[in-house]
Amino acid sequence: MTKDQKKDKSKLHYLQLPKTRTGISGLDEITEGGLPKGRPTLVCGEAGCGKTLMSLEFIVRGAVEFNEPGVFMAFEEKSQELAMNVASLGFNLDKLQQEKKLRIDYVHIDRTEIEETGEYNLEGLFIRLGHAIDTIKAKRVVLDTLENLFAELTNQAILRAELRRLFQWLKDKGVTAIITGERGDGPALTRQGLEEYVSDCVILLDHRVENQISTRRLRIIKYRGSVHGTNEYPFLIDEEGISVLPITSLKLEKEVSSGRISSGIPALDNMLDGKGFFIGSSILVSGTAGTGKTSIAAYFANEACKRNEKCIYFAFEESPKQIIRNMSSINVDLQKHIDQGLLKFHASRPTLYGLEMHLVMIYKLIKTFKPQVVILDPITNLITVGSVSDVKAMLIRLIDFLQEEQITVMFTALTLNNIVNEQTDEGVSSLVDAWILVRDIEFNGERNRGMYIMKSRGMKHSNQVREFVITDKGLDLVEVYLGPEGVLTGSAREAQKLQEKTGEVLREFAVNSKDREIIRKRNVLEAEISNLKMEFESIEEELNKIHQQEELVKQVTNKTREEITNMRRGETPAKNIKNDRGK
Amino acid sequence: MIEENELKAYELRLYIAGKTARSVTALANLKKYCEEHLKGQYRIEVIDLLVQPQLAEGDQIFAIPTLVRKFPEPIRKIIGDLSNEEKVLVGLNIIPA
Repeated sequence: MTKDQKKDKSKLHYLQLPKTRTGISGLDEITEGGLPKGRPTLVCGEAGCGKTLMSLEFIVRGAVEFNEPGVFMAFEEKSQELAMNVASLGFNLDKLQQEKKLRIDYVHIDRTEIEETGEYNLEGLFIRLGHAIDTIKAKRVVLDTLENLFAELTNQAILRAELRRLFQWLKDKGVTAIITGERGDGPALTRQGLEEYVSDCVILLDHRVENQISTRRLRIIKYRGSVHGTNEYPFLIDEEGISVLPITSLKLEKEVSSGRISSGIPALDNMLDGKGFFIGSSILVSGTAGTGKTSIAAYFANEACKRNEKCIYFAFEESPKQIIRNMSSINVDLQKHIDQGLLKFHASRPTLYGLEMHLVMIYKLIKTFKPQVVILDPITNLITVGSVSDVKAMLIRLIDFLQEEQITVMFTALTLNNIVNEQTDEGVSSLVDAWILVRDIEFNGERNRGMYIMKSRGMKHSNQVREFVITDKGLDLVEVYLGPEGVLTGSAREAQKLQEKTGEVLREFAVNSKDREIIRKRNVLEAEISNLKMEFESIEEELNKIHQQEELVKQVTNKTREEITNMRRGETPAKNIKNDRGK
Repeated sequence: MIEENELKAYELRLYIAGKTARSVTALANLKKYCEEHLKGQYRIEVIDLLVQPQLAEGDQIFAIPTLVRKFPEPIRKIIGDLSNEEKVLVGLNIIPA
């Protein structure tokens, strides 16, 4: 039947096994829904790794968030001690007990006052537990730490038999139980081999110190009948209890947005297709020391807050006050945004805790603050607490998480002053969507900043090197001068500009005088043209005159000839006058 | 099931869970030892946790059967069917260890 179910619900396979949500942040994601309902779960680990806290949080969250009352049977600590220990986490055990949502039963076994003689069983424990469960109708039970029985009682055979019976009894009761066990020496998970009895779900907690930095980790060793994350997940105990960080989702199926957000520097936006970065993308700003990476980041944060978006600024190098003061010198008022609750600074020394812890902390803050923009400044400092590959792995996870949440992130990274390193800023350059490089350009006895976009996925971006100037009015980008001597920046550029300007004026002057010359020439020519025209006219007239004379001569000749002809024929000369004229 | 006696130098409480063979044995053993060594100076109170489960917590009972010496102080506990007479007597501080 289970096989059939598997086939039917292959997509929702984790629904097969009913689960009880723990309410512990992150744990329910890893277990895909919580602990097996109505079954015991073993939580084991070394001393001080957080077993008691985790189990108590399971009970408290159950009572508060899921309305499932719980019984906490403590073999180690008294009720008051427990209450005191978790009061700092905001758990009010006394109140919960009064509300009958919680019952703490402290089982005190003192071998100095106990004598064993003959056969016995642990029915007393069963009755106590049963009574506690029945009075508050508990759904959750914690036994912390059951193994204390073994330390105090000598008859191991009875204990083992009774434990077996206890776990069966818990199952019959239908309560979801956590049994904690101390990790022993050697490969065994617990000193007394409790894992033999609890076969449904085993969670191992671990507390490791590497390079003097401690990290707590959690791993689900087995979870019968359920899919679960198998990795070691770092977890954090802070003022809100336990947070487990589910590492990378291996799927690359994130939603993408084609929306854009401004970088805060209009000229930089122009270089980025005129619109800025994609929403939800990751941006790396790298450069050598003192090139203004933090300023760029602060500008970006400032711009986000101006749009009424929330922003978290994780500072690993400077204190918030320092950043605020420094940024006010370039006309950026971050304090205003902090007061409005739009900007949140979180400054911590990288060495404060391990990389995973940083990640958990970042993760947690983002989950609670829900920002649209996140800034990490600088990621290079994290190297002090982990190797390059560790940092890279952490950043992959972070980028993954941020992209899933559609949060735009800007990292700053310090590059050492050589070219080889350009391509390998903690190896994240291949992960990020946009990479802006700020570098020093040393020329002509001064140091200037050049900025260019190494890459920007999915948009047409400028390939130009711009000069990046920081003034008390703010940041700006200036076109660098590309001349025969190469890239000119700073005063050299200004000088070149000046020179060009002078040249322009001179040229303009030259052009003007040439223009006038031409006009003069034209006037002369025009005058000449009119002279010639007049000459031409007189010649033409002359020519006409000749033509007319010629005509007249022709007419007169014709007439004379006619008259002569007529006269010969003996006709009277009718037109003497004409004849006279013709002479 | 309280056995009255005027002196009551020993106040004993036996916790059982139902009339099992083991609890019957334990009670029988206890009575026998008391009659032998503490005649007239003891009081035995038998508590059935199946009837009064709320009493288990107060005396920190986890095993059945458990014999608790409430008085004289300090409190002593003996778990098991009380089959070893010497251990019971030592445990109850009736004879020195």
